[in-house]
Amino acid sequence: MLSAKDLKITFNPGTPIENPALRGLSLDIPNGQFVTVIGSNGAGKSTFLNAVSGDLAIDSGQIVIDDTDVTKQPVWERAKRVARVFQDPMAGTCEDLTIEENMALAQQRGERRGLGKAVRASMRDGFRESLATLGLGLENRLSDRIGLLSGGQRQAVSLLIAALQPSRILLLDEHTAALDPRTADFVLQLTARIVAEKQLTTMMVTHSMRQALDVGERTVMLHQGQVVLDVSGEERKGMDVPDLLAMFEKVRGEKLSDDALLLS
Amino acid sequence: MSLFSLFGALEIGLIFSLVALGVFISFRLLRFPDLTVDGSFPLGGAVAAILIASGWDPFTATLVATAAGALAGVATAMLNVHLKIMDLLASILMMIALYSINLRIMGSPNVPLIMEPTLFSVLQPTWLTDYIARPLILVAIVLLAKVGLDLYFSTQQGLAIRATGSNPRMARAQGINTGAMIILGMAISNGLVALGGALFAQSQGGADISMGIGTIVIGLAAVIVGESILPSRKLLLATLAVIVGAIVYRFFIALALNSEFIGLQAQDLNLITAVLVVICLVIPLAKKRLLRRRNV
Repeated sequence: MLSAKDLKITFNPGTPIENPALRGLSLDIPNGQFVTVIGSNGAGKSTFLNAVSGDLAIDSGQIVIDDTDVTKQPVWERAKRVARVFQDPMAGTCEDLTIEENMALAQQRGERRGLGKAVRASMRDGFRESLATLGLGLENRLSDRIGLLSGGQRQAVSLLIAALQPSRILLLDEHTAALDPRTADFVLQLTARIVAEKQLTTMMVTHSMRQALDVGERTVMLHQGQVVLDVSGEERKGMDVPDLLAMFEKVRGEKLSDDALLLS
Repeated sequence: MSLFSLFGALEIGLIFSLVALGVFISFRLLRFPDLTVDGSFPLGGAVAAILIASGWDPFTATLVATAAGALAGVATAMLNVHLKIMDLLASILMMIALYSINLRIMGSPNVPLIMEPTLFSVLQPTWLTDYIARPLILVAIVLLAKVGLDLYFSTQQGLAIRATGSNPRMARAQGINTGAMIILGMAISNGLVALGGALFAQSQGGADISMGIGTIVIGLAAVIVGESILPSRKLLLATLAVIVGAIVYRFFIALALNSEFIGLQAQDLNLITAVLVVICLVIPLAKKRLLRRRNV
């Protein structure tokens, strides 16, 4: 499980552009739960995700994954427990390496890397099998450079390799935002399937309220660096986008000024 | 061009292919613009020469020289990784620091190796003349280095170094300690360069403080010439291309300097290098334009 306690991050402290991005954010996600995270621009979604992955150091607070305090661990050490897919489809894979080399890298996530051969013949069958589930024909292109693939294909592979090695937490950072609608839909279906199959504890940041309600079991809304809304179970099942908006307005006692952004 | 100068060019070309392999690792695999090379090449020469001159056997001396180069690479990388100094600046700082260090090691601006045994004199069979034996010995060393690198960079650790250069953020997300990989890669790179320096000193009759000037340009030129002769993203071919590039580069230089009708002299060396690199960089562009015209 993931437990974030009273996270605080302030960008550029002590300057005129001081920006308190997280103001005491707390969130507990039990094992195997799929949580979607929404919020307007600047609400702290990405900051929160980067804090959990270790890309950003927090000013105060505590992050615990499965009873292990990871607050002080650098990204590469947390990678044992945390898998991640980035918003930029080019960021999740190494374009200079082949598909199989990328998969071999990911299969060893969090393990010691020694002088053993990186890509062994025995791995290839497994790689082919999991690539075949994408239905993109990539299973026949194992030794192609991954830079030759399209953004959508690369994002699908990123998602696939994030789940190659068992991990506790899967972080998805608006991972469909840079894709065209059809590809985005494909990647989202794939996400739901992989999360269900591997029973991953998942946190998905999204810009789209529709998406946030369609997948996962629980939806959390951030505003000004805090959790302002947390719906799950029966309450969430009957919800639609307008309900979510209405709830948000009730909670904050103010009208959302950037509806357009949230609905997009 | 005489046969003698042909073999001479081959010999120096082979020595510089070790430098070029080192430059390939830092510039291409790690994407670390590393000018330390201008200091670690003479460092290798200085350490090997002074040790041989004080009675060490040439094998141990060459090994120690290689290790010294690796250490210089580690120092540059640590300036960058731990002290957060920009990569280019860190390597320039190390380069100028090494100038003083090399003078300290040698005790004077040059250390001659005339009568002392060298790696070449020890390995040379009695029935072969030295201008043929030396390139042969070097071919063996260079091939060993190439195959070693090919194997290493296909291991888990080697792949982690390549991932670090290609996409550090992804590498960290896969649990790779990218800082450690940069240090390791730079150690290998500068170790190779220093090995080149140690062999250069032993083949040219001594180490000299100015022998490092322009090493990085020669190394980069070799990498670029090689890539334009044999363009490939496959590691096996890329390392081969770098070696071929270093030798071809040296032949061009020898050809230019030995063709009296052109009227070029030794002082034109750097100008020839610059022109050669420009030509190699322009070839792909010219090729593309030519193809487009044909298609229209």
